[in-house]
Amino acid sequence: MEAVNVQVLVPLAIYLGLIYALAVYSNRVLSRAGNFLEEYFIGSRGMGGFVLAMTLVATYTSASSFVGGPGVAYKMGLGWVFLAMIQVPTAWLTLGVLGKKFAIIARRVNAVTISDILRARYESRWVVGLTSLALVVFFIAAMVAQFIGGARLFEGATGLSYHTGLFIFAATVILYTTVGGFRAVALTDAVQGLVMVCGMGALFWGLLHAGGGIGPIVESLRETDPALLTPFGPDDFLSKPFILSFWVLVGLGVIGLPHAGVRCFGYRDSRSMHTAIVLSTAVLGAVMLGMHLCGALGRAVIPGLEVGDKILPLLSLEVLPPVVAGLFLAGPLAAIMSTIDSQLILASATLIKDVYIHCFQPNAATDSGAGKRLHQLSFYTTALIGIIVFLAALRPPDLIVWLNLFAFGGLQAAFFWPLVLGLYWRRANSAGALASIVVGVGSYFVFNIVWDRFWGMHVIVPTLVLGGLAFVVTSLGTNPPRRGVLDVFWGK
Amino acid sequence: MPKHTSVHTEADPRFLQAAKEAWACIVLAALNFLWWFATAYGLGTQPVEEYTWIWGLPAWFVWSCLLGLPLFVLFIFVTVQTIFKDVPLDAHLTEPDQER
Repeated sequence: MEAVNVQVLVPLAIYLGLIYALAVYSNRVLSRAGNFLEEYFIGSRGMGGFVLAMTLVATYTSASSFVGGPGVAYKMGLGWVFLAMIQVPTAWLTLGVLGKKFAIIARRVNAVTISDILRARYESRWVVGLTSLALVVFFIAAMVAQFIGGARLFEGATGLSYHTGLFIFAATVILYTTVGGFRAVALTDAVQGLVMVCGMGALFWGLLHAGGGIGPIVESLRETDPALLTPFGPDDFLSKPFILSFWVLVGLGVIGLPHAGVRCFGYRDSRSMHTAIVLSTAVLGAVMLGMHLCGALGRAVIPGLEVGDKILPLLSLEVLPPVVAGLFLAGPLAAIMSTIDSQLILASATLIKDVYIHCFQPNAATDSGAGKRLHQLSFYTTALIGIIVFLAALRPPDLIVWLNLFAFGGLQAAFFWPLVLGLYWRRANSAGALASIVVGVGSYFVFNIVWDRFWGMHVIVPTLVLGGLAFVVTSLGTNPPRRGVLDVFWGK
Repeated sequence: MPKHTSVHTEADPRFLQAAKEAWACIVLAALNFLWWFATAYGLGTQPVEEYTWIWGLPAWFVWSCLLGLPLFVLFIFVTVQTIFKDVPLDAHLTEPDQER
């Protein structure tokens, strides 16, 4: 893989070109928009059903769905595919549980970020400050990891060096997100979702072809290790408590991921949401099934890999014609980019809306002079966060690598209860929310350091239980929220 | 201040509908969990030599993963068609009392 692989590079380049074009289009829309903040950070709440579905799928599927996940499936067999399928309800859980109430309240309080909703509900600097801090820190850590994953993939597929790959990759994401804002993010997500599905279909077909059909592939896995065909995996690695706790981590808890949540108030009307629930369930399920199954069955075609992570890139180069392989590899790159872009735009929105406007410039959104500065500042902030992440990915600091391990669960620990109870429990108040954030994130870190697994479960389970308890007990012990808040969240 | 903050809090009917939809989604997620869990461990716990096979794959995998997905896509489709209602998402339903 020393030489640059032109046949793979060309389709990738065309694909990146298309993404730049979408960014330019979004920037045109942005320059005509009446309300800059609403357009830049939430696309004026104009997503239709198809775009909403695809952007949700693209946000959920990240480097882990294409690199890490299939890599583990390679080692664990069908048991890991089974585990991945617990993500099937994710789309209807997030869209359905946060639901239309979330969308209506977001319009009532002009919310652009998740913190806006929390501010309106809890009216507490501390709740908003801590959640914003958690969001920016965890997002940066997560984005660095995604950048590294993307660059490695680029390197493996095209033969360009890691740094060149990282540069092209990072420049693309940062540029289109900065220039186009949320609309560019959602539109590119939609394209990227389509690319993922097509790429996966092609790969699966190629795999079956190369392996001589499903029968011989399964037979070869059975000869390698019959445990690859069980729900338990080799050496009973996938115990029942572990699998059950994954249901919480990647299914239920995803309601608490802010970059997914923000999409749940970015849609145009009820109809868009109805379409998106069905469509995103189908597409997400198919992508999860296909990718992990390729990883698991790929072991029959390319046996003996030490690092499972390389299975999808290697498999695609092995079983697909180079041009098609290039298109396929655009899929994981797409998944990675679409996770970064959604985190980048939300981190920027949080800094601008929740830190800059609320602490320094309360009238920036209305005052025209300040409005222009806000405009520029929003661009700079998005670009700056992107560049910080890029620099960190060049030589990842240990702290970032460490934080990324906690990002996914840590975000859930911070956001899950304040969001869900804030929407559905009248008695929930700021003291309770604060308690659940502190106890949740704190215990998540402690549990991760002290135990690897908790009674065989992922530590997100005791974390959410403790966070929820802290929320309820503290809320009941302090004053209920004031009447005006209840009117916004429950009244007509 | 808009008028509605001073009168007795009256629930927005759209929120009641939203709560119903949220519950439907939670119930469906629970059903999905049961299906996924019961078919996999019900058919996949015995030694591999005693497995039944469908389309060349272990039966537990086919039922739990390959058939589970389309089945629940169908279920969520029916749920959305029957339980979900098309409501406007505007900030306030009646008497738009002020520009927000």
